Amino acid sequence: MAAMFSQNPLMNGPNYSFNDSPRTSAPEGAREHRFDPYTDNGGSTLAIAGADFTIMAGDTRLTSGYSINSRHHPKLFKIGGTTADQKDATIVLSVVGFAADGEALKERLDAICKMYRYRHGKPMSVKACAQRLSTILYQKRFFPYYAYAILGGLDEEGKGAVYSYDPVGSYEREQCRAGGAAASLIMPFLDNQVNFKNQYIPNSGEGHALQERERRPLSRNEVEVLVKDAFDGAVERHIEVGDGLQMMVITKDGIEEILMPLKRD
Amino acid sequence: MDHRPQAWGRPRDDIYGAYDASYLQTSGPKTATQSPVVTGTSVIAIKFKDGIVMAADNLASYGSLARFTDVKRLRTFLDTSVVGFGGDVSDMQFLDRHLKELAIDEAYEHNDDQQQQDDDDSHHKSTPGTALNAANLHKYLQKLMYRRRNDFDPLWNQILVGGLDAARKPFLASVDLRGTAFTSPSLATGFGAALAQPIMRRYAATDEDAARLTREQAVDVVKECMKVLFYRDARSLDRYSIAVVTKDGVELSEDEQLERQSWAFAERIRGYGTQTV
Amino acid sequence: MFRNNYDNDSVTFSPQGRIFQVEYAAEAVKQGSVVVGIASKTHAVLVAIKRNAEELSSYQKKLFPIDEHVGIAIAGLTSDARVLSNFMKQQCLGHRLTYGRNMPVRTLVEMIGSKAQINTQHYGKRPYGVGLLVAGVDDQGPHLFEFQPSGMTEEMVAFAIGARSQMARTYLEKNIDAFRGCSREELIRHGLRALKESLVQDRELTVDNTSVGVVGAVKADDGTTKVEPFRVFDGQEVTAWIESVADDKEGGAGEGEGMEVDS
Repeated sequence: MAAMFSQNPLMNGPNYSFNDSPRTSAPEGAREHRFDPYTDNGGSTLAIAGADFTIMAGDTRLTSGYSINSRHHPKLFKIGGTTADQKDATIVLSVVGFAADGEALKERLDAICKMYRYRHGKPMSVKACAQRLSTILYQKRFFPYYAYAILGGLDEEGKGAVYSYDPVGSYEREQCRAGGAAASLIMPFLDNQVNFKNQYIPNSGEGHALQERERRPLSRNEVEVLVKDAFDGAVERHIEVGDGLQMMVITKDGIEEILMPLKRD
Repeated sequence: MDHRPQAWGRPRDDIYGAYDASYLQTSGPKTATQSPVVTGTSVIAIKFKDGIVMAADNLASYGSLARFTDVKRLRTFLDTSVVGFGGDVSDMQFLDRHLKELAIDEAYEHNDDQQQQDDDDSHHKSTPGTALNAANLHKYLQKLMYRRRNDFDPLWNQILVGGLDAARKPFLASVDLRGTAFTSPSLATGFGAALAQPIMRRYAATDEDAARLTREQAVDVVKECMKVLFYRDARSLDRYSIAVVTKDGVELSEDEQLERQSWAFAERIRGYGTQTV
Repeated sequence: MFRNNYDNDSVTFSPQGRIFQVEYAAEAVKQGSVVVGIASKTHAVLVAIKRNAEELSSYQKKLFPIDEHVGIAIAGLTSDARVLSNFMKQQCLGHRLTYGRNMPVRTLVEMIGSKAQINTQHYGKRPYGVGLLVAGVDDQGPHLFEFQPSGMTEEMVAFAIGARSQMARTYLEKNIDAFRGCSREELIRHGLRALKESLVQDRELTVDNTSVGVVGAVKADDGTTKVEPFRVFDGQEVTAWIESVADDKEGGAGEGEGMEVDS
């Protein structure tokens, strides 16, 4: 068209712009954006598996930047009960990172567990739930849920089970795990106190001959104290952690929820 | 006049240079709202023993220009909840239309509430109709906002929702453009999070504190906060809307004026202007 | 060859203004074993007779939980019922996810009503061959709805569908005024008595062939109402109820005697 008119020798008038061809081409459905879909809402979580129990814990502060959005925003969720109040649930999920993704993740997993119960007439095992959670996370490999998840419950033998995840679904069963803002503060403490790392029997030898302290499973009370200490420590050193401590103790009798205050500064 | 219709309305190359129509992309990547344009500033709200109080000023700014000075940023829902919008005003208006539609559908679906309750004696007296309460509405808005952020087409707002929940207790919660939702005895968006929230938390640090506040106290605190915001937030106005939600419904006043202002403190501010001391 | 020229599809009216395919579907409901539903001010119950195809086979399920506040009883094609049941389950889950509340029962029933109606107006489709009784509670209290393959839905105080259900309905009509004020246990017993009316001679209610489903809106101490989630009772769990209606003549005899109660 442009050629037809602007080079018209008879008119010889001014040329007009007919160029409206697109600048670039992009793949179908591509979107240009300047919007950051993620934020970090702070907070920290922790899970420890015992011989016949699992304790999950998380602080209840929700931050964005230097602001405290809420002092009571739970990070621990009961999963897969028959009803919305999750009275008969046996599995607990903790999420920390971007709160909206964490909540979406929890609701996905819960809906899946409820459908499983409806179809099979029995609750999901922690092992199956853990595997499923991994696939949920990996399904969003290229637009991930920005959430560090920990799943806790009792395995088929009644032993405490803790599964920890990265945001895209790598997972592993562990004895204990800390997640979130203060994970790097709490995890070494747990290595030392739960798995007795770097604890040796005094005067038992020199160098490699030094004998490690014998490992033993911790009791429920010991773990509860440990969790409180871990969080009291984290609160002192990390601004995104504080306000309240939510703890869930999973035993064969069900899930017991405990709320304790933490420093609010 | 050029008698070739194809040339009518076209920019002349000799004056404007070759026309760059590259913005008329047809196959380039799709773009959505990249930043808010006309914006509202803070919304603040606090719980008290039988409900919540929410307030927002009536200004819509265009950057630093006070563009529209009579924009209502608090909206009622089914006369049982109130929704306060901070952020982009066009997205607010879109949401407002959407919520109106939702309210009409909801009222239509449950239009038999009244007659059903009439023929009843004790059972339903304490329960309202099935219609959406503030907690349901907040959940819905959270899903909507989160869905839009997943589509990379966010509604550029931070929203407060106030009213009563299923147990008829005061309910107050927030949701932002990323779908992050949380609740607290007092909430504030934008500048209010820094300026008003510390004041409100003095009166309602916990739900127990909020349950001791009377309506009058709560209204006073909110009005005081609106004044502080007007003193310090350059994108604010002294005309504002205030809403009180209780079990009796929503009382919304959209043309309040800040009273008893005192700018004496301004004299003592140092470090911004040309003063020499 | 054809008995009827107007029953080849569900889009053609007969000259009398009838759609035979839809009526045949309603017949399929009458082939199913009987189910009874009653709603009181606080509870809605479903009771059903389960059939076994032969002595060696198990009994066909008749009651299905949908969500914590809703359950259904079916009469007709079980496979069609499962489709509807799955649909209802999905809708309830979705509603809870977006609004955080129990789906209002009427809304849910109207959805399957519209879904079933579509099958009666499209060439090549077949109406659902199943009738449902939907029992549920929402903010307005307990509800009982009837659903038919035609897409018709109706709220009921008490109703029975399935084989020989007319006898049960007669019992229900006779006692209709009593239901509203009934306790949970009385309501179940009324249901079982209605069920007995529909039994063939020399058949009895047994722990093997009887199902009971209950959902309630229980008033808590603080004045709020709490949902007693829908639960199906089978086998030994229904023994006490069956015994309590074992020998009494119809009409409330033998009520109030101490019996063991599942709460």
